[in-house]
Amino acid sequence: MTLIVILLNAILVDNFVLSKFMGICPFLGVSKKLDSAAGMGAAVTFVMVCATLCTYPIYTFILVPMGLEYLKTIAFILIIALFVQLVEMVLKKKVQSLYNALGVYLPLITTNCAVLGVTILNVDKEFGFAESLVNSLGGGLGFTLALLIFSGVRSRVSNADVPEMFKGVPATLIAASIVSVSFMGFSGLFG
Amino acid sequence: MAEKTVQKQENKGMLKELTKGIIKENPTLVTLLGMCPTLAVTVMASNGIGMGLATTFVLICSNLVISLLKNVIPKAVRLPCFIVIIASFVTLIEFLMKGYLPELYDSLGLYLSLITVNCIILGRAEAFASKNSVLASVLDAVGMGIGFTLALFAMGSIREIIGTGKWFGIDLHLPVTMTLFIMSAGGFFTLGVIIALVNKIAGKSAPAEVGCAACPHAENCPSYNKTEDKKEAAAE
Repeated sequence: MTLIVILLNAILVDNFVLSKFMGICPFLGVSKKLDSAAGMGAAVTFVMVCATLCTYPIYTFILVPMGLEYLKTIAFILIIALFVQLVEMVLKKKVQSLYNALGVYLPLITTNCAVLGVTILNVDKEFGFAESLVNSLGGGLGFTLALLIFSGVRSRVSNADVPEMFKGVPATLIAASIVSVSFMGFSGLFG
Repeated sequence: MAEKTVQKQENKGMLKELTKGIIKENPTLVTLLGMCPTLAVTVMASNGIGMGLATTFVLICSNLVISLLKNVIPKAVRLPCFIVIIASFVTLIEFLMKGYLPELYDSLGLYLSLITVNCIILGRAEAFASKNSVLASVLDAVGMGIGFTLALFAMGSIREIIGTGKWFGIDLHLPVTMTLFIMSAGGFFTLGVIIALVNKIAGKSAPAEVGCAACPHAENCPSYNKTEDKKEAAAE
């Protein structure tokens, strides 16, 4: 039961993009088209879950016993960078079709704050292994959901007649603020 | 005499490195980098300044070290090297802040660690510090840091005053406050309005794209490449 609560909480209530402001760059940069939004979302979800799969054991079995918790930022970002590189290489060699779909988004993910954010958040909230994985999955799905919704909103905004000074990024940000208001409706859903 | 002119010109060049980050290439409001901390921590003016100064510290130190090491770091592994240097300084500032400013440390929380992946820092390392002299890199970092801090301070002030009717915790006795401004929706809204105003004042039309050009991954980024293709097509 708690796992489901964590999952829904991460997708809807604590949405990474719209309430925690993580991964704003891809949210604004890659949300112009539905298919690229879906590709980026899938890549981020995949890397988030796998990064948690790697960082959790390293934190619990190496950093904590040796009293090196303060090195978690350095350790996690290196693991993520390494992992992204590895996934890119493996996909390129072995799974060509998946590489074509996700490949272009992978290098961007190293510096995506949502990925580093979710791994540190799991440690800060003292989640267990299963809870961490579910939280990461929820975070990734929430990110994808926000990107998909926003790509739809954005295609309408780009056709709208906005004042000259608001054209481009300002109009996009204000549209994002309205989408964010709609997600506020979920707050307090699980107490 | 001639020497003096050269010196003067050099000084002018150096001054430009310092001032460009504050107004002309303001990282948040013009090149649109580092949006996550800009939106996330600016619920209070003091938080904005704290985040801005912490980022400035990391930016100066990492620019300094990277420009010192620019000939030692192999090109193929430069990004991981930059990230490790940046993450080390972030860990340092985390310790310092935890020790001396525990309140600020608590209110910035997770976002302090996330300075590591702030595009401004990696972007400046890649676009400037790895190609320029030590002095120019430090001046560039100071300018960019001040620009970032000012933008965060402005955001934080607007959101704190409208959202809570206070400024640095001092009650301003405003008749109306809108709590929405200290929530996430208010962050997007305030930033959108500020960028629109900056565009209006700067007298140019809004930048069509989010500022990906300085991002170290720009060459791999689908949205950035698309605009480049368009520009090339237009040039042809």
